[in-house]
Amino acid sequence: MEREELKSVIESLLFVADGPQTLQRFGELLDQVDRQAIRDILSELQADYENQNRGVRLVEVAGGYQLRTAKANADWVKKFLGGRPARMSKATLETLAIVAYRQPITKAEVEAIRGVDVDGVLTTLLDRNLIRAVARKDVPGRPFLYGTTAEFLQLFNLKDLSHLPTLKEMEEISLPEIPGDLLPVDILEES
Amino acid sequence: MSTKVQLEIFEGPLDLLLHLIKKNEVSITDIPIATITEQYLAALELMESLDLDVAGEFLVMAATLIHIKSRMLLPAGDDAEPDEDEGADPRAELVRRLMEYQRYKEAAAELEQREVLTRDVFVRASGPTEEAAPREFREVSVLELLEALKRVIDRLPKDVVHEVLLEKITVRERMTVLLDKLRHDSRMHFEALFAGVRSRLEIVVTFLAMLELVKVRAIRIFQDQPGGDIVIEAAAGMDEAAERVVLDEAEEDQHGA
Repeated sequence: MEREELKSVIESLLFVADGPQTLQRFGELLDQVDRQAIRDILSELQADYENQNRGVRLVEVAGGYQLRTAKANADWVKKFLGGRPARMSKATLETLAIVAYRQPITKAEVEAIRGVDVDGVLTTLLDRNLIRAVARKDVPGRPFLYGTTAEFLQLFNLKDLSHLPTLKEMEEISLPEIPGDLLPVDILEES
Repeated sequence: MSTKVQLEIFEGPLDLLLHLIKKNEVSITDIPIATITEQYLAALELMESLDLDVAGEFLVMAATLIHIKSRMLLPAGDDAEPDEDEGADPRAELVRRLMEYQRYKEAAAELEQREVLTRDVFVRASGPTEEAAPREFREVSVLELLEALKRVIDRLPKDVVHEVLLEKITVRERMTVLLDKLRHDSRMHFEALFAGVRSRLEIVVTFLAMLELVKVRAIRIFQDQPGGDIVIEAAAGMDEAAERVVLDEAEEDQHGA
């Protein structure tokens, strides 16, 4: 296959693919083609979309390659699709972050870090398939150990877990930004 | 209902403490414990006066703060609590917890700044497939499940058999059997689960196995209409769950040996 032809084929495959596709998957299908050549073409496509400032981008996410819309067009796409995406509450996001960085982790261990009960939040995360029970911990009660899923990687545009933003060292920690629109700030000051 | 919403302004006692520390522009590693404790208690009082249901965790933290405060008042080197390291800062453990929590709070904020799917970036909507036909199944209530279970039990032959056979059926075994069935037909009727089951014990164990599979999210239970047929369906995570069941089984065998 000519290189240009191969590039065209791969682009078509990416277009019809449902979910991120691994290099391996392309390799199995295009079995006469060297893996490295496929990888090069994927990088080339990636660069093309980027450099030509196209409306779709080829991203490496959850261990595969996927076409996604350009971030700059988010508002138009949202308007076009209608409907609102489920917003994630602060509690859900914090709990998810703890599971992501500390996995595998039990519910009790998450609660020890957050200082509050996380029952409801964990259920939400399980229902949204962002975390899953990966094993049971070998302690009394054999509690479930939770870890993140491929959906988690897709949601946050992560290639794999090693691409999670680096946790800050304890010393570098700045003080939290408190959103100003919330109730207690002023009332607290008066009391 | 509204009280719940209000309380979530602070994610918990640690969140409230971080807020107070920031507001007072003090260092997290050198918390003026008297001031912060006073403000923390005032905040709790305010929550209560607003008729908010102050969660137990907030009260535990209040007790912790008061305890630390009292220990800070003791002259340094005073051996009032000989079991604890002399000279150790009574605030140390709290500081460690606050910093750890703060770390993940920041991590959460960083995650949120990424290109989030269906907020910042989108993927092509998957095309219609035959299976994507509108599904009008609703979730089944526990009560309905139990009623269905009762129907199965009632159908057992009534004749009393006096032969005593010690059957060894484990929930785990049943789970494996159910998973195999579902791998064959990805959707089946509740009552079909019990086909060929002869004893009450077997029914109960099968039922427990089904519940366990729901818990590990290997299967889902639906109903087409209230009072209608209950349908069991393989969930997306079925194979992973199946693997775990098998692993656990192997593990238990080892322990048992």
